[in-house]
Amino acid sequence: MDPLILSRLQFAVTTVYHFFFVPLTMGLAILIALMETLYVRSGNEQYKRMAQFWGKLFLINFAMGVVTGLVQEFQFGLNWSNFARFVGDVFGAVLAIETLVAFFMESTFLGVWFFGWNKISRYAHLATIWLVVIGSQLSALLILIANSFMQQPVGFALQDGRLVLTDFLALMTNPHVVYQYAHVFFASLTTAAFFVLGISAYHLRKNWDDDFFQRSFRIGLLCALISSPMSGVTGHAQGVHKLFTQPMKMAAAEALWETENPAAFSLFSIIDEENQRDVFTIRLPGVLSWLYFFEMQGEVPGIKNLQEEYVKQYGPGNYIPPVTLTYWSFRLMVGAGLLMVGLAGLGTLLVLTRRLTRVPLFLAVLVPAIILPYIANSTGWLTTEIGRQPWVVQGFMRTEQGLSPILTTESVLFSLIAFTLIYGALMIVDVYLLAKYARRAPEETRVGAY
Amino acid sequence: MDLNTLWFWIIGILFIGFFILEGFDYGVGILLPFFGKDDDERRIIINTIGPFWDGNEVWIIAAGGTMFGAFPHWYATMFSGFYLALVVLLLALILRGVAFEFRSKDARRGWRHFWDWMIFVGSLVPALLWGVVFGNLIHGVPINAQKEFAGTFLTLLNPYALLVGVFAVAVMTLHGALFLLLRTENALADRVRSAVKRLWQIAFGLYVLTLIASLLATDMLARPTFPILAALLGGAALFAAYRLHQRQRDGWAFAMTAVTIAATLVTFALTMYPRVMISTLRPEWSLTIYNAAAMPYTLTIMSVVALVFIPLVIIYQAWTYYVFRQRVTRKTLEY
Repeated sequence: MDPLILSRLQFAVTTVYHFFFVPLTMGLAILIALMETLYVRSGNEQYKRMAQFWGKLFLINFAMGVVTGLVQEFQFGLNWSNFARFVGDVFGAVLAIETLVAFFMESTFLGVWFFGWNKISRYAHLATIWLVVIGSQLSALLILIANSFMQQPVGFALQDGRLVLTDFLALMTNPHVVYQYAHVFFASLTTAAFFVLGISAYHLRKNWDDDFFQRSFRIGLLCALISSPMSGVTGHAQGVHKLFTQPMKMAAAEALWETENPAAFSLFSIIDEENQRDVFTIRLPGVLSWLYFFEMQGEVPGIKNLQEEYVKQYGPGNYIPPVTLTYWSFRLMVGAGLLMVGLAGLGTLLVLTRRLTRVPLFLAVLVPAIILPYIANSTGWLTTEIGRQPWVVQGFMRTEQGLSPILTTESVLFSLIAFTLIYGALMIVDVYLLAKYARRAPEETRVGAY
Repeated sequence: MDLNTLWFWIIGILFIGFFILEGFDYGVGILLPFFGKDDDERRIIINTIGPFWDGNEVWIIAAGGTMFGAFPHWYATMFSGFYLALVVLLLALILRGVAFEFRSKDARRGWRHFWDWMIFVGSLVPALLWGVVFGNLIHGVPINAQKEFAGTFLTLLNPYALLVGVFAVAVMTLHGALFLLLRTENALADRVRSAVKRLWQIAFGLYVLTLIASLLATDMLARPTFPILAALLGGAALFAAYRLHQRQRDGWAFAMTAVTIAATLVTFALTMYPRVMISTLRPEWSLTIYNAAAMPYTLTIMSVVALVFIPLVIIYQAWTYYVFRQRVTRKTLEY
């Protein structure tokens, strides 16, 4: 075990874990803000209770996001100091701007929101939750701008062995981030929607006439109906974009070994990575071309051909990401996503035909379905980050080049074990508390003090 | 003032903001297990910083983030070099952050007790380690020609840096006690009040020790920037804090410990300037605000953002302290 493998593992563990909490924060903040807006506009206390009930769960989740985010801010220096030196001028600047512009706003006003229910006017209080929304969205946007730079570097120059910023506007309007942010935005709303749906379904199964959870359910369902298909649409647009900017990632996600025209879509492949072939595969001819070009033909580059091309461009080396991992991550994401679209559609149908109460199984399914967006979010990031390998900055720096040169195996082993153990224990506590508070009656929710 | 100098001071301001604000909430966390006699009192203590601690913590995230953007080499060398210390610090901060949120979510005694101690450890360890980190920054560490840290974890645990760490704990604890006086009342406040004298004696004693050690262990006196003046100002403020406290001017006393913290950091900054990582191997291997910096274009853009948003942050955070200016009582908890 060398520091490189351990550091990569640590980055994967801490980052995937951090992103368990981020989408719910982003999405649920919006739903809570909408609930409180309804309260302030209508004066209906039920909406106030809704904002408080969901707000309590929001806070438990938010705390986990904040503390795991601390690790994110520092680990580029801890384990990836050469990466930090190489891209600090661009990437570091974006992180810096994120903290000053967005993170301060989000954290400060969330404190006021939770503790300030009877301390400031209703309108001022409503403003604080919307500032939390703006802060969390800006924060996500800027972090994604930083990540997009690693996927598709823009607005920079290579100078004295490091990347320096030359065009701030180009960096901020990276075409990649347009797709990525839209995708993450709808994915986060989907996450919140299924969270609200699942917990509401749990309560409605016990008492169908519960007005509080009926209203919550409807808000969640409307949100899911819009956001889950939109996650698919924006994700697909991102895939099409990447066909031109990161074709290797897309080829790996499809396990497409040879360039094809028309290209076939793999429904199921058992992959032999070593010999670069499929052991078994079911493919639909022409469908992959159709997905990219909306017609049954069009060239889609394959892994082997891209490898040859990259050797010519970047010199000898292996430019193929772990294909099996990329392929299955991508399929899990898409599968979970489609399932959510189906559930949202079915739920809407049942509500519109007033048959929801007659299909108790549907409500029962929605409770475990809370996990679906988490699967899609995690595997989505795995696809995009593993699919970019061996690069950490596409075309400019390979992951192993970014490592801190002075790390010892023992120190990284210590940190990896410590983070994993603590994160594991906290996950148990977090789920326990969320489940406990989600089961409670809303009347028991207290706010304004720890 | 060139951009590099401007950024040296902007990061300095972020660190000062962090140590003043998070300083008192670390202090409150350290005092928690000793001054809250029952669960209500411990809840009162936690709720004095409840609305603030998260916003306070962002100051250090901002300091780290801006360090990354403005001085990538400083960020890279310091964080990779101080690896274990900073990992432990992060672990402590993780436990502390969730402890505030989790503690109140279950009424069992053992549960609350556990998280109370997590708040204590999560406040003590970072206070100590940040002191150790700054002690090493001003003292200097082995940095080689490749801008890399060439020591080990034990290099960081030298007596001088540990002394700075203990001094940091003492000052923050005093600072936190004075904050508690402003936000609590009755028996709880009386108990804290009776401890202030002792806390102050420890803090002032450590101030004198740290000052003497700093004169010996660092090149403070040789610097053209007169860091000693800031150090003495810090001491004077610490002295004034106690006198003001004796005259029941606790608000002013609290302001004075804030001045002490700020002056201490200014002392460090003036000693280090224009260096950001002092090399004990060879002076010319030190990282400075020039050889560790990002390009002027990046610095310019970041400057615009910082000069607009940092004042804004100060204004809205000040507003939050205004909103939550009332003392926390048992009645507050019933809400």
